[in-house]
Amino acid sequence: MNGIKTFPKGGVHPHGNKKAISSQKISSSQPIKNAHVPSMAVIAMSQHIGKQAECTVAVGDEIKEGMLVGKASGFVSANIHSPIPGIVKSITEIYLPHGVKTKAIVLEFQGEFERSGKAFEKKTWIGMSPEELNGFVADMGIVGLGGATFPTHVKYTIKPEQKIDSLVINGVECEPFLTADHRLMLEKPDEILEGIEIVKAITGIRNVYIGIEENKTDAISHLKHKIQEKKLDYTVVSLKVKYPQGDEKMLLKAILGREVPSGGLPIDVGAIVSNVGTVFAVYEAIVWRKPLTERVITISGSGVKYPSNLKVRIGTKISEIIEECGGYRGKPGKIVLGGPMMGFAIADPDMPVTKGVSGILVFNEKDSFKFQNDPCIRCGRCIRACPWNLMPTLMYKEIENQDYTGALAMGLMDCKECGSCAFVCPSCIPLVQIFKYGKLLSSKK
Amino acid sequence: METRTLLTVTTSPHIREGSRTHLIMWFVSLALLPAALWGAVVFGWYSVWVLVTSIFSAVLAELAITALKGKITVPDGSAFLTGFLIGMNMPPSIPIYIPVCASVFAIAIVKQAFGGLGSNWMNPALAGRVFAMFSWSKSMTIWNMPSTLTGNSAVTQASGTAGDAITGASPLGIVKSGLLDMSVQADSPQALASQLQNIGGPLQFMLQKGYPVSQFDSNVTEWLNSVFHLGLSRGYVDLFFGNVAGCIGEISVFMLLIGAIFLFAKKIISWEIPASFLGSFALLVWIFGGTKFAMGMFTGDVLFHLLTGGLMLGVFFMATDYVTTPVTRKGMLIFGAGAGFLTFLIRLYGGLPEGVSLAIIIMNMFVPLIDKLTKPKVFGTRKAMKKGSAA
Repeated sequence: MNGIKTFPKGGVHPHGNKKAISSQKISSSQPIKNAHVPSMAVIAMSQHIGKQAECTVAVGDEIKEGMLVGKASGFVSANIHSPIPGIVKSITEIYLPHGVKTKAIVLEFQGEFERSGKAFEKKTWIGMSPEELNGFVADMGIVGLGGATFPTHVKYTIKPEQKIDSLVINGVECEPFLTADHRLMLEKPDEILEGIEIVKAITGIRNVYIGIEENKTDAISHLKHKIQEKKLDYTVVSLKVKYPQGDEKMLLKAILGREVPSGGLPIDVGAIVSNVGTVFAVYEAIVWRKPLTERVITISGSGVKYPSNLKVRIGTKISEIIEECGGYRGKPGKIVLGGPMMGFAIADPDMPVTKGVSGILVFNEKDSFKFQNDPCIRCGRCIRACPWNLMPTLMYKEIENQDYTGALAMGLMDCKECGSCAFVCPSCIPLVQIFKYGKLLSSKK
Repeated sequence: METRTLLTVTTSPHIREGSRTHLIMWFVSLALLPAALWGAVVFGWYSVWVLVTSIFSAVLAELAITALKGKITVPDGSAFLTGFLIGMNMPPSIPIYIPVCASVFAIAIVKQAFGGLGSNWMNPALAGRVFAMFSWSKSMTIWNMPSTLTGNSAVTQASGTAGDAITGASPLGIVKSGLLDMSVQADSPQALASQLQNIGGPLQFMLQKGYPVSQFDSNVTEWLNSVFHLGLSRGYVDLFFGNVAGCIGEISVFMLLIGAIFLFAKKIISWEIPASFLGSFALLVWIFGGTKFAMGMFTGDVLFHLLTGGLMLGVFFMATDYVTTPVTRKGMLIFGAGAGFLTFLIRLYGGLPEGVSLAIIIMNMFVPLIDKLTKPKVFGTRKAMKKGSAA
């Protein structure tokens, strides 16, 4: 036993594969830099799971930096703040990466920064009540930055009958290419650890585990060192490099050995999972009263000149960020928001960054992979790759035959669309697409 | 950014592993090559002609049918592979129309009529072989002695001549017909038993019937016995390297293993089916094989049965065909064990000497059932989980 943990079944190794397009974490040695301030910010009103935020500004309004521009509507929703000072040019509708339409504020940069570049006094939070602290988390519009963008204050609202004993911090970053969390752990360990203290204070959880894939040895030893220095009792858990190790249910299985029931949440097995980026945002929200208006993004892939990690303001156009990284290398073929395994390919590079964008990947034409949909030869690779123990090939046939009940009986709704099956499929069948389609149609019935 | 470029938009994932269906098919064909070359060398040019014709007719049938269907699928290599396997499964002096018919039957009826690659429920190559076996049983059981053995004087005793090739029987054929003759001629069961006991096993029986052994075999066996003290009988080495009568591609276990190792290294085949197939077969032969020679249980000649009858070709190249085998690990183990059991049953108690092809084809029919029964439990439903199982 070398103490390295992982989930029991399935999974794939997208990093170690030399034949796949170079999917190495090429930007891991690039320190986080602040991106340019955009001259124009497009702020989507739906940047989180749940109800769209209510727009609180009108065309022509003068907006200050960090001002509330979208108000959470309902329990599962999140506030949205202005990333730059400026004037509201227009309020339009835009498409989000996953194809959903949303209202958006177009803000033209004007005026002065009141926060950026200024020194502030650190606010103490010791002695504040959990409700008060969680109130700040809600006010500052914090959402899960691992990709799911679930409103964080909702996750931290624990009902009295729920017994939670473990807080698992997700520093796995199992998606190829992405290095934003890795850099954050290297550069902001004190802040992350204080963020964890705050989350502990909000939720009242005792045990803290930080899960990191063992390819980030520097981050593991750095955090371990800091934890020892501060005399904290957090456990840093080294995890095997295997995708999708960073899925919260796989993470809980690996670290705590607990299996979240089908259709359930981590809370059902007494745990809460938060991404390191989210914890850092919580820290900033409480200690600096800073709303979530910027986030660390990895810009990488074969089609970008200088792969980097940038702290980008929400609302900045993707094309501007790519420009800042030296522009395209060769002819761009595909632009993906998020990681290569679960990210969304976009058609319009002028789309704005939202809170959920963890990476911007540009693939040049040669590496832009298209599905072929050759006949399934029943090789069973998808079944061996599926960490959820599903049978992707048989489920796919059910959906092809429009037998949605059959697909549901095979566990279609348990599919997390991690893409392991399609990654290994030698016939290049777009399995994830078929499952998304199947879920949509079967829910309509 | 000045010029508008059209971007590709697909669902995730946006990267993939290197393997592709057509590569897998071509790699399997490549893995068959060593054994095919051995067959060509020991059986001469006519066997090459059989291989080429089998492949050519399979590819042509695929081309014609898929052209009618509108999408030509010849480059995926699967028709080539089917033709290749059929050729490998043909006796070296077979009349040429038989592999042609077998290939066309395999592609047109067994594969394309059911929907083409991925939709056939029976292994096309095996179906083609079994089709030929039942249609032209005589021609399908005329074997040539390999050129490596024909220099040996013993050959003439065991064989007649047909054309310019010297024909003989396959090891399993000799054993089966020999045992049959003995039981017919025996005066009483007791007399038969004592006669059988004197033989000592299938290999000894084969040698007593005048089956030739090469000088190479004698040398290697002697060396092995002197170094490792194995007490190995003469004959096994010939069986292992392919100095034996049989189908073009099935005789050299050594060459087939080279191909199998290549397929394992390429991760094209996995261990489940070969292991359970060979395991169950070997176990059953060990337990019951000796009873055929009135030697009691647990005395079967496992090595002899592993090295003969095209078992290795079947185990590594046909029982591992993705399309016609189960998709789950557990299912594969069941499939392999079943095929091993059926091979044992047919070979030792059935009317046919070999049995590998039929065993696999019969197991092909159970695949949907096996798949259904070995459906894995979805994550999160495996055990009744307590809500909020906090300590």
